Amino acid sequence: MVAPLHSITEPQPTSTGPKTLTGSQVIWEALVNEGVETVFGYPGGAIMPAYDALTDYPHLRHILVRHEQGAAHMADGFSRASGKVGVCIATSGPGATNLVTGIANAMMDSIPMVAITGQVGSHLIGSDAFQEVDITGITLPITKHNFLVTKAADIGPTIRKAFYIAASGRPGPVLVDITKDAQQATTEYRYDGSPVRMPGYRPEKHPLPSDIARAVDMIKAAKRPIVFAGHGIIKANATAALLEFVQKTGIPVAQTLLGLGGFPATHERSLGMMGMHGEAWVNKAIQEADLIIALGMRFDDRVTGNLKTYALDAKKIHVELDPAEINKNVKVDLPLLGDVREILRLINPHVDGVDVKEWVAQIEHSKGDSAVREITNLPDNGKLFAAHVIHDLWRYTNGKALVVTDVGQHQMWEAQYYKHDHPRKLLTSGGAGTMGFALPAAMGARFACPDDQIWVIAGDGGFQMTACELATCAQEGIKVNIAIINNGYLGMVRQWQQFFYGGRYVATPIKSPDFVKLAEAHGLKGLRVTQRSEVKAAVEAAQASPDTCIVDFRVEQEDSVYPMVPAGADLDNMIRRPKPVSPVSDEHNPIFEIGKDK
Amino acid sequence: MSTNFFPSPQTHTFIAYVEDQPGVLNRVTSLFRRRGYNIVSLNVGRTNQDGVSRMTMVVEADDDKAVRIEANLYKMVNVLSVEDITHKSNVSRDLVLIKVKAGPEKRPEILQLCEVFRARFIDVHPETLIVEVTGTQDKIEGLVAMLAPFGILEMVQTGTIAMTRGGKGEAADAVNPAPNLKPIVAA
Repeated sequence: MVAPLHSITEPQPTSTGPKTLTGSQVIWEALVNEGVETVFGYPGGAIMPAYDALTDYPHLRHILVRHEQGAAHMADGFSRASGKVGVCIATSGPGATNLVTGIANAMMDSIPMVAITGQVGSHLIGSDAFQEVDITGITLPITKHNFLVTKAADIGPTIRKAFYIAASGRPGPVLVDITKDAQQATTEYRYDGSPVRMPGYRPEKHPLPSDIARAVDMIKAAKRPIVFAGHGIIKANATAALLEFVQKTGIPVAQTLLGLGGFPATHERSLGMMGMHGEAWVNKAIQEADLIIALGMRFDDRVTGNLKTYALDAKKIHVELDPAEINKNVKVDLPLLGDVREILRLINPHVDGVDVKEWVAQIEHSKGDSAVREITNLPDNGKLFAAHVIHDLWRYTNGKALVVTDVGQHQMWEAQYYKHDHPRKLLTSGGAGTMGFALPAAMGARFACPDDQIWVIAGDGGFQMTACELATCAQEGIKVNIAIINNGYLGMVRQWQQFFYGGRYVATPIKSPDFVKLAEAHGLKGLRVTQRSEVKAAVEAAQASPDTCIVDFRVEQEDSVYPMVPAGADLDNMIRRPKPVSPVSDEHNPIFEIGKDK
Repeated sequence: MSTNFFPSPQTHTFIAYVEDQPGVLNRVTSLFRRRGYNIVSLNVGRTNQDGVSRMTMVVEADDDKAVRIEANLYKMVNVLSVEDITHKSNVSRDLVLIKVKAGPEKRPEILQLCEVFRARFIDVHPETLIVEVTGTQDKIEGLVAMLAPFGILEMVQTGTIAMTRGGKGEAADAVNPAPNLKPIVAA
């Protein structure tokens, strides 16, 4: 069952004649003109004039959240799922500061988002008035740009600029802080649909033809090339171009966490995720490669491990839209600035005759005993492992669900075991690692994908950070399925304590409410699963429920995510999955093999 | 006064044209703070164009870091143009006011020193003088060293301003593209 949605079918006007409106009306009018249908927000004193004017725009759906962080994550989730700009709105002071985590999260993952905040009257600014905070000052380093608007006449043009800045170039969040008096004043509003021009903002970048030729030469000369597919593939809608590149060249593709889905996981050349929790043989391939073709990724520390020993044999081509990312973490041989889809389209016609069969065989060989260590290959021993849950969820949803994960162990298991074949079907907080992201982001995604089967996968810890939004699900009739991977610990921190802090579990055991009853308290559905044999029925029951459904998966408490590159260690220095002592072992195998995987 | 303001492998000089709006300076300095770039000097002032300010920034950075600083500055919406002039032929100047303890008997000696440095007196008081000097950092440091024995009571320095030699600079041209300047030939 899908939440009832309003739809605006009439085409967006390219421009409208002048109308006399209040600043508050201009806010909504401007949003409608940008194609906005849903906003996520929470009212309060300084934004009340705007909320009052919302009654004039019945086609705009406003989702009343329970905490402004939820509004920001919903706008973020909407944006990730749709590729459009998500909008959240809050009042001044604490309303605005509650958005901060969500804005920072969007900034780290380059998510186009517009946050609108009310501000105290312009004559009160700087006086420490009630609910005054300097939100443009606070969000300066975590927005792509922000504006303080004190005049009604500036509201319309500023919102237009905000949308343009948020969505163009390397996307990001933009905050528009609007004083109460600007909302109350009357102004002439005219929507101008022509392209926005700002003299200091030129996001377009194009590579030099000579650099494209150099890239082609490097690709043809390589014996052991590897493609890195990052978030940029998804943002630039470059999946088809990348598929064409791989079909022509056969070059294997490793993905970043945020890149998952940008290249089909079940493609024969997909290596899956690289980095801290990538497969050992993938990281080994990176260390052995002689050419890295990095597409829309930024060599994050979770991807590279120790930079001093990182991929030393490889020449590096870095296709990137943001010049500030070039040579930031890893020194590259050839930067190609521009849109990754455009660049792939320029390269693709020239890469015939690349032969990497030997290299692919070499990678295949180095998989070695990985399959034996694979937990999903073990027969059911009666215990419920998170990996099983996610693997089964993948099977029973035919790999087609839109999955939104929180942050922690379950997030890595999802990345390893849910094989995403399509872009924008995995939403996860990558750069910021914001616990509490999943539920509200999934709720936002619901408005982008009304017909998708949406699954939240969250830990028992992170889920409780924004669990208040269950009430929003109930009030607004938003349907998502929630898989809580409940192990009674802040699992990833517990795992680090086990590996690196002598097993001292400080502040990681966590008691949770009865999630089934919690769902029921909200008038929603709740289920509990303790056996692997129960997973299928639960997944089906959740799907069949017209309401949001929580499935509380009581999994093995002290399971860890393998393989793992300890933070800052060499990329091929992995803690691997323990080998099972026997195929059906009841004992948790305590042996970790630490060291170079030769 | 030990800082070396001169462009060297350790410092880079940037010129940036920015929109003359409240908060723009804060945005720029916030970027330097957030990315951990150390500012040696920063000067902001108006230009011949309405609504456009010009910044000269001297920043501790090697060539690699300088490229990223330039890219990060360029990304800012209020920054109209950026140019790293470190490796370009340029002139750079600082202006300094120095208040020196100087009774009538010491004045001639200080006056002589100032002549050597082409510094000027701009205020005379029975017991003190204010000296104004313009120049490069080493010239300023030289004068300061010479005046120190007399007793420096106060000193203030503008921070470096810089301009490339020859025709219109890249940063300036990006803000206000003009046809190529005709060389002015002396009569």
